[in-house]
Amino acid sequence: MFSTKKARTRLTGVLAGAAVFALAACSSGGGSDDDTADAGGNGGGDDVISIGFSQVGAESGWRAANTKSIQDTLTAENGFDLSFSDAQQKQENQIQAIRSYIAQGVDVIAFSPVVESGWDAVLEEAKDAGIPVILTDRAVDSEDESLYESFIGSDFVLEGETAGEWVSENLATEPINVVELQGTTGAAPAIDRKAGFEEATSDNPNVTIIDSQTGNFTRSEGKTVMEGFLQAHDDIDLVYAHNDDMGLGAIEAIEAAGLVPGEDIKIVTVDAVKDGMQALADGKINFIVECNPLLGPDLAEIAKKVVAGEEVEKRIVVEDQSFTQEQAVEALPTREY
Amino acid sequence: MSTAAPATPTWQRVTQHRLFWPVVALVALFVANTIANPGFLSLRLQDGHLFGALINLLRGGSPLLLIALGMTLVIATRGIDLSVGAVVAISGAVALSFIASSSDPSSVTTVLVAIGIALALSLVLGVWNGFLVSVVGIQPIIATLVLMTAGRGVAMLITGGQITTVNSAPFKTLGSGFWLGLPVAVFVAGGVFALVAFLTRRTALGMLIESVGINPEASRLAGVKSRSIIWTVYAVCGLFAGLGGLIISSNVMAADANNAGLFIELDAILAVVIGGTSLSGGKFSLAGTLVGVLIIQTLTVTVTMLGISPSVTPLFKAIVVIAVCLAQSPKIRDAVAARRRRAARTSQAAEVAA
Repeated sequence: MFSTKKARTRLTGVLAGAAVFALAACSSGGGSDDDTADAGGNGGGDDVISIGFSQVGAESGWRAANTKSIQDTLTAENGFDLSFSDAQQKQENQIQAIRSYIAQGVDVIAFSPVVESGWDAVLEEAKDAGIPVILTDRAVDSEDESLYESFIGSDFVLEGETAGEWVSENLATEPINVVELQGTTGAAPAIDRKAGFEEATSDNPNVTIIDSQTGNFTRSEGKTVMEGFLQAHDDIDLVYAHNDDMGLGAIEAIEAAGLVPGEDIKIVTVDAVKDGMQALADGKINFIVECNPLLGPDLAEIAKKVVAGEEVEKRIVVEDQSFTQEQAVEALPTREY
Repeated sequence: MSTAAPATPTWQRVTQHRLFWPVVALVALFVANTIANPGFLSLRLQDGHLFGALINLLRGGSPLLLIALGMTLVIATRGIDLSVGAVVAISGAVALSFIASSSDPSSVTTVLVAIGIALALSLVLGVWNGFLVSVVGIQPIIATLVLMTAGRGVAMLITGGQITTVNSAPFKTLGSGFWLGLPVAVFVAGGVFALVAFLTRRTALGMLIESVGINPEASRLAGVKSRSIIWTVYAVCGLFAGLGGLIISSNVMAADANNAGLFIELDAILAVVIGGTSLSGGKFSLAGTLVGVLIIQTLTVTVTMLGISPSVTPLFKAIVVIAVCLAQSPKIRDAVAARRRRAARTSQAAEVAA
């Protein structure tokens, strides 16, 4: 009895000692890892690149495809160690995530800023810590371009213009009333897609934008806002939604009001995710401008170049296409997302 | 009774009813909407279904009514349930993930099983909350905060961080279907409302809940099973939130773990408070909760109707809510009444002097 107790005490002691050693080993190992990583950053580039990515959220099908592309590309096999965080569409969560990546001392920080403004302070911190930042999908409105290395993403103004031109040429041969479902208030795609559409339709007196509200890029809010629009105006000819999901929500609202989407009320959206393309092929949406979510490969390439100390372009524009209903039927079977 | 008071006793009884100001606010919102769009109150029949803003209002408010009903009972026992929004997300995530992974998403059996699983899980979550509050004795706000924070993570786990979407006609019926010309969701919420009203007002259950809310210890000594009652209301609240979550996800046929039911706990608490149920427990009013839900739902519609800019929407909502709460507050009402009496006396004195 007594001896067992003693033995147990001794065993506990040994275990505790081992734990202390293990911890010490861990911390020293961590330290040296950091050193080599830093050295790798300055010199060669065959080491694993640790990259912290702060995603906007999971608000739409587009975002899901974007997340998947990034997670599938930045893998251990491709030489990356990815830390991924979801900000649930809140700027403070993103700032927090970026700070923790700075504290962890990752090699590269990449993120899609949920809104355009308010990033200077945290980007300054990253710069002071010597960690390069890459923006994906959305831009920041900072005056100081040295705060980030590169911005990879689509040209949102061009997307808005493409949508506006199609409307102007194909639908606005007679006067039409347009309602707009905006993206998240203050987000770059919302601001730019609105501006692009207005610019492209401004020379056509037939196009009147009668109402514009935010649907926050989500289906449910798109539906709620569209219900309100349908109630407030009985002469809507066209819905211009800043993404497919809000357009899909609008379809639900239009159907619930006993109208036929795509015929009684035409719908034009941006994104071209699977559900949107399906609705386009089914004739419920009339035109979609693509916004390519497969940014993973571009991000991997730029991250490697930045860590290797090579010059990268400040702005990398992702090529987008656009689809009519007939093109959607053709393209649908071979779409990746 | 001062001779200066021009009001008749009946009029006074009406104005002093605790639902007077909430109903006035609701009517005011309706009037504002009708002015902005004269067709607001009109209904039309198409394909055998009723269409119109009022119908949208009822359908859109159904999930909130379900959640607010559960919240009313919880608040009546001096508690609060912050986890309802998370339960909404979990319930939708479970049902849609099940339907999406099944071999036949359009079969009625699949949908019924999915609804069954989602409701059972919601009930379990409610029971968990009830356990923490009634057995372990953790303060309700903390106990339910656990699930509020963890719940969305659970929902994200279930959906794998993606938005799960399905095409299933039977499931769509729950949110967008019609029966006897009215939306199915309205029948679901209305049925639950009637059931709760019957159980609490036609049996002793309502009185027992109120007594627990007023003084749990005294109720226990008087032979009321406080613990079981508290446990039950949390379980029921979880179940109703789950049902609300099914309607919300069926509305858009998508389970969005991040945004489904986001801040709906605040809307539900607000609806309960606007309806005149005190957060300190005791007396509760189901009719009041119904009016509160309608006010909040109408506010959402009003924002689009009046074309209020998206960036000031929260402020607009806050102003209306604070106005209703101030109008209801006994202190403010006394102050206004006292001023009116003074004003009446001065005018009388002026008449006499003249």
